This record gives sequence, C-alpha cells and structure tokens, in this order.
Amino acid sequence: MLHFARWKIILVLIVSIGGILAALPNLLSPKALDALPGWIPHKQVNLGLDLQGGAHLLYQMDERELVRDWLKNIRGDVRDALRKAKIGYRLLKISVPSRTVSVRIRKPEDFDRALTRLRDISVPLSSALAFTGQQGNTIDVTRGEGGQILLKITDQGLFQRIGSAIEASIETVRRRIDAFGTTEPTIQRQGRGRILVQVPGIKDVSRLKALVGETGKLEFRLVDTTSSVQQAQQSGRPPPGTELVASEDGFSSAYLLKSRAIVTGESLVDAQPGFDQRTNEPVVTFRFDTAGARRFGRVTQSNVGRPFAIVLDNKVISAPVIREPILGGTGQISGSFTVQQANDMSVLLRSGALPAKLTILEERTVGASLGADSIAAGEIAALIGLLAVIVFILISYGLFGVFANLALAVNIALIIGVLSLLQATLTLPGIAGIVLTIGMAVDANVLIFERIREESRAGKSVVAAIDSGYSRALGTILDANITTFIAALVLFWLGSGPIRGFAVTLSIGVITSVFTAFTLTRLMVAQWVRLRRPQEVPI
Amino acid sequence: MKGLRFIPSGTHVPFLRVRMIAFILSGLLTIASIGLFFTVGLNYGIDFRGGTLIEIRNKSGPVDLAEIRAKVSNIGLGDVQIQEFGAPTDVLIRIEQQPGGEKEQQKSIAKIKETLGDSVDYRRVEVVGPTVSGELIQSGAIAVLVAIFSVLLYIWFRFEWQFSVGAITALVHDVILTIGLFCLLQLEFGLSIIAAILTIVGYSLNDTVVVYDRVRENLRKYKKMPLVELLDLSLNETLSRTILTSVTTLIALLSLYIFGGQVIRGFTFAMIWGVVVGTYSSVFVAAPLLLKLDIKREWSGVSGAKAKEPASQSD
Repeated sequence: MLHFARWKIILVLIVSIGGILAALPNLLSPKALDALPGWIPHKQVNLGLDLQGGAHLLYQMDERELVRDWLKNIRGDVRDALRKAKIGYRLLKISVPSRTVSVRIRKPEDFDRALTRLRDISVPLSSALAFTGQQGNTIDVTRGEGGQILLKITDQGLFQRIGSAIEASIETVRRRIDAFGTTEPTIQRQGRGRILVQVPGIKDVSRLKALVGETGKLEFRLVDTTSSVQQAQQSGRPPPGTELVASEDGFSSAYLLKSRAIVTGESLVDAQPGFDQRTNEPVVTFRFDTAGARRFGRVTQSNVGRPFAIVLDNKVISAPVIREPILGGTGQISGSFTVQQANDMSVLLRSGALPAKLTILEERTVGASLGADSIAAGEIAALIGLLAVIVFILISYGLFGVFANLALAVNIALIIGVLSLLQATLTLPGIAGIVLTIGMAVDANVLIFERIREESRAGKSVVAAIDSGYSRALGTILDANITTFIAALVLFWLGSGPIRGFAVTLSIGVITSVFTAFTLTRLMVAQWVRLRRPQEVPI
Repeated sequence: MKGLRFIPSGTHVPFLRVRMIAFILSGLLTIASIGLFFTVGLNYGIDFRGGTLIEIRNKSGPVDLAEIRAKVSNIGLGDVQIQEFGAPTDVLIRIEQQPGGEKEQQKSIAKIKETLGDSVDYRRVEVVGPTVSGELIQSGAIAVLVAIFSVLLYIWFRFEWQFSVGAITALVHDVILTIGLFCLLQLEFGLSIIAAILTIVGYSLNDTVVVYDRVRENLRKYKKMPLVELLDLSLNETLSRTILTSVTTLIALLSLYIFGGQVIRGFTFAMIWGVVVGTYSSVFVAAPLLLKLDIKREWSGVSGAKAKEPASQSD
C-alpha cells in the first residue's frame, strides 16, 4: 500500500491541484477573476436563493378553469356544427366535474348525422403522446340515452392540453418577469400542472406576484343599454346574450355587458405606458393587428354614442362612450392609474394572457441582507470549525496529523471546486454540509491511523504497520462512508431546494474525503517513509 | 513529533457489564419518546402544518415585542406567534394556516405588511399552502423510511442478518430519541430537521459499522473467546476512533451551532444530539444486541465467504 506508481502520483497531484484551481475563483473579486489566464476555471459557486436573496414561488395552474374554457369552446363548436348542418337540438350543456358537453338531438332521424358531424370536433392526440402507445383522441364522442350525445375530454387529451398550457404560461411568465430586468430567473414546469419561478435578487416581491399571477385576459365588449344593472341584479338573471360584470372604474359597481367580445387581447400587437395628452394622467396605449382593427372599427362605427367596456380579467377597468368610430386600430386605456400601474398593465397586455389562473402554493422569499448575513455566519462557522478540528488532529496525531490536515484542506478545496465546476447550488444547509464534512472527513484518516497504531503495537515494523493499517482500514472506511452516502442520495432524491444543497455537499464531501485519505495522505505518508526511513511509527 | 493518546493503549472498559442498565435506559427513553410523540406531539413548522412565517428586522434599534404583539394580534389572523430571533432587532412572526385554501394564505402577508409598514425590513417570508404542506409531510416520511430501508439492505448485503437487525435497531433508536427530544423541548420540526435525521441515519450507521467490522474480524481471529469478552475487546479497540471522530464532528457542529446563525440552529441542534445518541447507541445498544441475536461463530463456509472481503482478510 505504500508503493505508488509514478502515473498514480501524477494523477493524484493533478486532481488535487485541479480542485484547488477550480475553487480559486471563489476567493477572487470579479476584477481579479477577469485577469486570470484563460486555462484556469472561471466558474464560481452558484449561490442558492437563501444565500443571495430572492423569491421562490411555486404556482399551480387552475385545471378547472382550463377545463371550463375548453368545454365552452367545445360547446361553441357543437352549436356551430349543428346549425351548419341544420340539425335541431336542445339542452346543450357543459359539466366541468365530468369534463363533458352534452346535447340532445330533437329528431331521431338526425341523430346519426349529428354524431358524425360532432365526431369531427375531436382531434387526434399529438404524435408525441401517440408514440408512447396512448392512441386516441382529445375528445370522446359517445351516444347517451334518449337522443343525447356526450362529448367528453379524455384523460390524455387533458394531459396534452395541460402540457401545452403550461408551456404557454411559462413563456408568458418569462416575458412578464423580463420586464423587471433581473438576472437569470428560473421558470420551469414541475409535475403535472405546476410552475416553479425563482427570481434571484428581486426586491419588490409583491409586485412580482401581482404581475405573474394575473391572467391578463383583455376584452373589449359593448355595454348593454337596453336593460338596467339594477334590474339584472334584482332578478339575478341578465337578459339573454348579456352578462353582469363587476367593475373597478369608480363610477359603477357593475356593468351589463354583451357576452360576446368585440375584440380580445389576442388581437393586440403592442401596449405601452404613456400619458393622456389632455389630462396628463398615466394611460396605456395599445395597437390592434389588422383583423382586430377592422373589427373594432366596424363595431365602433355602428355604435357611436354608446358606451363600451374594457374588461381585464373579468373586471371592467373603464367604460368610455364611443365618440367617433375608432378606425386606426390604436387606442388608450385610462382609469386613474398610477405610473407604475400603467406600466405593469402594459407589461401584462404585451405578454399576452395566461391560459388559466396561477395560484401560489408555496412562497419563500429571502432578503439580500439576510442572505449576506447567512454567508458571513456560514464562513465564520466553517473557519472556526476547521481551525478547531485542525488543532485537535494535530494534538492527536502529531506529524501524521499534519498530513491529515493538509489532506483536509485539499478536501475542502475539492468540494468547493467540484461545486463550482458542476455549477451546483450552494445553500445555507449546503454550507452546513461542508462544515459537517470537515468534522467527518478526518474519520477515514483516524481509522487508518488508529489501525497503524494497533499494528505497530502488535510488533510489526514501521513499513509493515503502515501498510497493513491502510489495507485493513479500507473495508471499514468504505462501509462506513457508503451508509452516509446512501442517506445523502435519498435526501437528494426526495429533498427540495435548500435541503438538496445539503445533500449535494454532503455526498461530494463523502467522496472527496475517502479520496484524499486513500491517495493524498497515503502519498504523503509513503514519501515520508521513503525519505526518512523511520524506526518507529510517530503516532 | 508524536501524537497525544487520549485513550491509552490497552484500555479495557467493561462496556458489556452495564448492558442491562443500557437496555433499560434505552428502552425507557424509547417508550418515553413514543409516548411524548402521541401525547404532546411534535411542534410542526410551517413546512408541515402550512401557514406563514415572516422574519423582520426593526430599522430603528431593538424591537418592542409587546408592541408588535399588540398590533398583530388584532388583525384577525388567528394564532400568531411572535418571538425574538437571534438578535434584539429581529423578530420571527408565525401565522397559522388560514382557512379557505391557497389564496387566503397570501392575505396574511398583505395584512402584516399593512400593519407593520415600512419601519421594519422584511428579511424572510415563507408561505406554505395546504397542498404543499401535505406533500412535504408525505415526502419527508418517505425519505426517512426509504433511507432506513436502503441502508438495511446494504448492511444485510455486507454482513449477516444479525448485524443488520442490530444496526437498524440502534438506528431506529436514534431516530426515535431525536423525535422524542423535539417533542419534549417543543422545538420547531420542519424540513431541515428531516434532513438532520437522515444525516443522523448515516452517521449512526457509520459508527455502528465500524464497531461491527471489528467484531466480525475478531470473530474470525479468536474462535474460542467468549462472546461477551470478544464484544468488549472490539469496543475497546475501536474506542479511540469512536471518540476521536465524534469529537471532531461535534467540534464542527458546535462551531456551526454557535456561529452559523439562527436560521440553521434547529438543524444543527438535531445533528449534535444525533451524534451524541449515535455514538452512545453504537457502543451500548448495537454491540450488546449481538449477544441476544445469536450470531454464528463459524465464519467458514458459504456465509463466511460471502461476507469476506480481501482487504481485511490478509492473515
């Protein structure tokens, strides 16, 4: 165990020096980092949100809303298809819990024709899902009792829809967060219908939440003036084709609006904050695409003198009277906003609507000052712990303690180096993992040194004692470290966020400490034996 | 330059002589812990119970806890706990989970910010809704069970089943005692404590495995030695290592506990306790258990070859 082939020595030295070099950038200022020659790694440890400050927000997409919207679309498609085919129907209904649209066909002789027409509404699943063996359609069209036809959203269809909705949401959320100009937000899908948003260094978290969580669904709708809001509120049943919509415009608590929108936010090509030329109050100016502009122009032309409503997320934000036809395809939304409100609303409109509402399931926000305090505390704890362990080992093992301590220093450099190279995230529990490793890393050396003591006490020569000390301790060290490693792996697999950071440093620490004990310390001991030819074991 | 020997060579502590006392003590503590768990229960943090946690720092010097308490208790958020956190300027506010689902939780923050205004710096805000807290409980429990089960498999693979049973008993003993201590002191039990428990699982086994490795080796070496004597010998031979490693680990953990900041104090505390209990259990629980578990003395044959490893079988 004391003989080292030359290539092994070189390999051990390369790994050790490489680890130190990889750890080096973390000690340098950005300026000094730029001055480093190109062959030295430049990557620094990636700090977790708990250390650099920032927001961690876990969102859940509203699956019910997604289903409801889809069912409404299917209902519209059914209506169109049956009207087009001149098939009489009644009781066209949607049921969100069973994900079904149901309709009764009036005449039995129309039934088969209706079924064929309605089957056309269903589309096959996308190839990605069909490839995995789940063949089928997005909607199951089946016969019910008594002339009823049922259109049910399939599990796979819903799964596919959720997937595309999540992807669309991620894009939208990204555009909204980009408006903050922060560095490198992480926005990723989690599980079935969740999105994890992590924004390092964000200060105004409430604004972030307001901007990300809003659906941002914009509609321009005509106000129904034939019936009064009070009547609809009292009877609870607005006239057919109209809806009662709550208002935040400060004039009325609700408006009676036509159900059908003139134009929706999908027709917007741009929205910018600005100021009204006359009143000088903050407004949002917007521009429609050609089709939207044409439609908006046509409707405003035939409704001059009547009010229309600008509806954002089912709330009226303003209900101006059409003074003249708006033909240019541009307009402005005013509603006694503050400058920031106008700014945020334009971001919201520009980024497009979310397919469904996002609700916060979990929020963890750390201020930059706490993060900095945690780093400082972690550094102090690590340094003092390291120093105390070094002194203790020195007292316990003398010269061999020096070897063990040198290996410990390299060990820490290796952990930090590996963290930097892998770009793993260092969290506060991760720092705890490093400190724990400092305590436990010497274990391998302790096992070896104790074994050497015993072997030499049993009367073996120095070289023989050291040799069998190493070879006999190997099995024990592996057994002892593999158990810790297993626990760390489980933690990594099931843990989240900061805890995962602990698992990472702990498992890297286990590997590097076994490595240093069996290569670096052994190399030092072997060289010492070769050079000094000692007569007794100095431990 | 020679090292200092904390444990002189030839030390012989008759550990096994006190095994009955140790068994009774461990048994009582285990029963007490389980009893505490089912009567007093754990003080679950927001990770597992849901709710809101806000850490604030007063911008103008030390905080008047009574004042904050008076302000915050009247805004209809139910049970609100307020405590100083690490420094006289820092306060931790815990708000119980609000009824009415995920969206209601967000209102707690808004109300607190409205009440306390800009005179304080919001250093940390954590909100865990009912869905996530339920999932975290589940995954936490699964993690502990999976960890115990997989190390059980590993020990079983490396040793005879008797060792496996002994090691796992010691391990479960340590985990139960840790949970018991958290029940007794009503310390907050959150995700980080689960991480600490898993580390204790690793550490406790680490210690036990070292002792067992030596026992196995001595079983091969001294075929005629009475088991009690053999176990005592093995414990004494590894005693120096057991103490040294525990001391260095405790040094590092104590440094973390004292200087590492308030946020991870609970986590560090759990691990310090785990190291102490883990060391105790590998000497006083795991080793004596082998006496009761009827280990085979003959290590020749199939089972012996299976457990054999080249490094420790040189003579």
